[in-house]
Amino acid sequence: MAFPDILDARALRQGIDGFVDQLVIDYADSLERLSQPLLDFLVFVEQLLRNSPWYLVIAVLATIAWYGSRRWTLSAGVILLMLFIGVIGQWDRGMQTLALMIVSLVMCLTIGIPAGVLMSLSERFRKVLLPILDVMQTMPSFVYLIPVVMLFGLGKVPALIATVVYAVPPLIRLTDLGIRLVDHSIMEAATAFGATKRQKLLGVQLPLALPNIMAGINQTTMMALSMVVVASMIGARGLGQEVLAGINRLEVGRGLLAGLAIVALAIMFDRVTQAYGKRLQYPKQGDK
Amino acid sequence: MAKIEISGIYKIFGPNPKRYLDAVKKGVSKDNLLAENGHTLGLQDVNLSVEEGELFVIMGLSGSGKSTLIRHINRLIDPTAGVIRIDGENVLNLRQDELIQLRRHKMSMVFQRFALFPHKTVLDNVAYGLTVQGIDRKNARVIASDWLEQVGLQGFGDQHPHKLSGGMQQRVGLARALATNPDILLMDEAFSALDPLIRKEMQDLLMKLQQKLHKTIVFITHDLDEALRLGNRIAILKDGALVQQGDPKTILLKPQTDYVADFVKDVNRGKVLNARHVMSRPVATLSTNTTVAKAREWMMRHGYDYATVLDNTYLKGIVTLNDLQSAPEETIGERVSPVTSVLESAELESLFPQMIGDTSPVAVTTDEGEFLGWVSRSKVVKLVTPAQAFRANETQRDIA
Repeated sequence: MAFPDILDARALRQGIDGFVDQLVIDYADSLERLSQPLLDFLVFVEQLLRNSPWYLVIAVLATIAWYGSRRWTLSAGVILLMLFIGVIGQWDRGMQTLALMIVSLVMCLTIGIPAGVLMSLSERFRKVLLPILDVMQTMPSFVYLIPVVMLFGLGKVPALIATVVYAVPPLIRLTDLGIRLVDHSIMEAATAFGATKRQKLLGVQLPLALPNIMAGINQTTMMALSMVVVASMIGARGLGQEVLAGINRLEVGRGLLAGLAIVALAIMFDRVTQAYGKRLQYPKQGDK
Repeated sequence: MAKIEISGIYKIFGPNPKRYLDAVKKGVSKDNLLAENGHTLGLQDVNLSVEEGELFVIMGLSGSGKSTLIRHINRLIDPTAGVIRIDGENVLNLRQDELIQLRRHKMSMVFQRFALFPHKTVLDNVAYGLTVQGIDRKNARVIASDWLEQVGLQGFGDQHPHKLSGGMQQRVGLARALATNPDILLMDEAFSALDPLIRKEMQDLLMKLQQKLHKTIVFITHDLDEALRLGNRIAILKDGALVQQGDPKTILLKPQTDYVADFVKDVNRGKVLNARHVMSRPVATLSTNTTVAKAREWMMRHGYDYATVLDNTYLKGIVTLNDLQSAPEETIGERVSPVTSVLESAELESLFPQMIGDTSPVAVTTDEGEFLGWVSRSKVVKLVTPAQAFRANETQRDIA
């Protein structure tokens, strides 16, 4: 039996459409202007990666891996993965994707960590933010891609925004969790010695939450990478675009090679961030 | 003026504590409050004062509210009602920034599970209170390394706390608390997580430091032996209310309630009591320069078989009537037989070997060697026999 028509769904739809249209008319220009620095930043990183010699890029990445993990094996792994991307002919597209990853990660960090800190400090903020995070993580990304594209136009910026919206929730959650998990008695000690809220946050809570925050960064990069194909549908260039082309033209080889390059990037990000997170772990109090 | 004065403290845990304050004051029990109103009674009408330089022990079983009580002193927990004065100032009236100053300079805390900062080195842990005050890191480290030496951990400064054993971690905790040079030291079951040998070691360290520093210490424990060993005074807490407070001897020998009596029943009295507690005053004392004839006549007149011989306030020994049979013109100093003596602070237990199989008297002297009295065998028997513990008042009369 059909559900009775209580609301006129058609009118509701049209209402929403009208609202978004109005939004686009009123704000699209100013939003595009506001997002210009973001675009400049992204273009700068992309140019830097694409114009640098490939061996220099690999050397820098291997050095970062070494600082993160203090293990030569991991650096060697990073070198091999990057060489693999180059060998299968995906270097240039890989650099475009890497640039998008780096910029979206920077954005996720600047939004996610402060949001996570606020969430851990304020019960009220937490109550408001939690359902929003749920929506961000479960709403199919295509749904918000439409208005984002309408507002910002096709191109790199909407791809970036879509990626951040999808990828930032785990970082917020794990920052909040990490701060909450700091041993109560350690916080009590800090209070008993007369630490202010700020001294507690910067000197005790954040350093002790760092392993969890690193886990959040790890999750965030993984989710950002999984967005590259979707992002390419709205104009982001790079590996995702190649996968998309493979689908459109039914060229399995094209899609597979680009896909493997994405996997290689993912493995690299994952291992480096995990190794760094592990290095930050401290044994629990009282353990002998 | 008392250093810390706590008066009329009530603490009720729950969403709406004030609402049930009157009911609690009228005597609603802890169980009823929890069952009917869903609020937990933490403390009820606690009054105590801690004097400057005193080691005050608050003792109770788990759930008795002792950890709650100690957290009221530095306001990690705020009371539902009551007043807490430190140096005469009601700390409940302090603004947040004044409270922070109080915690930074006047008092510090040692925790049961150490609560060291795992991401900081041992040295930076000790320096924490100083860096929080705003002292620059270099100077703070100089002060901190001095304190690290005082607790016997020189050379461990660069380690991280988890590399250290429990006892060593708590030494770090103690150094961290002392580094800010506070007047008041709050110790929340500080040694309870340590094994017995290490615990004794830490107690010795604390007593050694206290002799030098004269801090006002509030010490929480569930271990009566520890309380009796460390405390100048002891308060016993049960279900959030004080049941008795007094010096260790009074608690042990004059328990006011069955609860306390039950507590002290199993205490090893041989360890807690000392020679002074079993001492009786000498009845017959003579000076070394008394003549034999005079002494003999005096003893026979009073019916004494023997007398204590003193040189001023120092013990020479004893003389018996048999020793005084000849040479009436000499002084008795030549005829004194020496006796064994013990210090007044000697553990009762350590007297037992001397008393078994040897009936000669044992003298009690001060640390400086001045004579105080004799060990009374009957008092020893009365005090260490467990059956006597329940008739504590009777025993007490004997001692006094």
